[in-house]
Amino acid sequence: MRWFWVDRFVEFESGTSATAIKNVSLAEEHLHDHFPGFAVMPASLIVEGLAQTGGILLGEKFNFEHIVVLAKVPRIKFASYACPGDQLRYHVDLLEANDEGGRVNCTAHIGDRLVAEGEIIFAHLDTMDSSMAQSVDQKNFVFSMGLMSILDVDGVSEAINADA
Amino acid sequence: MPSNEEIYEKVQETLIDALGVDDDEVTPEATLVGDLGAESIDFLDIVFRLEKAFDIKIPRGELFPENLAAADSGFVQDGKVTEAGLNELRAKMPHADVDQLAEDPKVENIQNLFTVQMICNFIERKVNA
Repeated sequence: MRWFWVDRFVEFESGTSATAIKNVSLAEEHLHDHFPGFAVMPASLIVEGLAQTGGILLGEKFNFEHIVVLAKVPRIKFASYACPGDQLRYHVDLLEANDEGGRVNCTAHIGDRLVAEGEIIFAHLDTMDSSMAQSVDQKNFVFSMGLMSILDVDGVSEAINADA
Repeated sequence: MPSNEEIYEKVQETLIDALGVDDDEVTPEATLVGDLGAESIDFLDIVFRLEKAFDIKIPRGELFPENLAAADSGFVQDGKVTEAGLNELRAKMPHADVDQLAEDPKVENIQNLFTVQMICNFIERKVNA
């Protein structure tokens, strides 16, 4: 399994906001243990999806020159569940961004139903601690993990739909 | 221009949100790391929140200077901050009570410079500049 917790970006306004979707599927192994007979997406993975949405938004603002890592979740509240067949819609607004990192407000919805709402802080690992940055041998996580390819998913889909 | 009380109230609110502490824990003398449990990443959070609350820009390292006690700084000897180091701190952190550190200049006491009052002093200078 690859560590992609969003399937596609549907809106992307550079330096301002982004919206991504995540389709929850019963093919995901962990849903069979979480919980047996009651499959719900682990809340921690919803946070990861929100962080990937926000992390790419922040990374793109600086042309992916920094290693963006999730540093802190000062506030997150869960109002509901996400189950197989649901489509989560992650929305993030970039509130702050500087040399050291950034902060986003984020929400997760299924249709009109609020699932989660909170705030995430990211740090630029390379500017924070040079010894840690050196131990990461790639220029940045987003590229090395192939996360950037999520940004292309929408384009591929558009091309296919245009042909159809 | 906000009064000192207004600044203190907003700083208190900022720390309650950033560190998840109770309002009675946030006293002027409280140290951020020792008393309020702040970690390095919290300083970034606090800076973001202060910038928003007071509509100011806080350049990196101005409120919370980094690498104060780096081994190669030349300002530390036998686990203590040297006189030159203390003077450097006075210059870099006019908002901090360096004289108190001078009374017992152990390296591990440097973090005690970071108090709630220190943040208030910093903000006062900033908004009144």
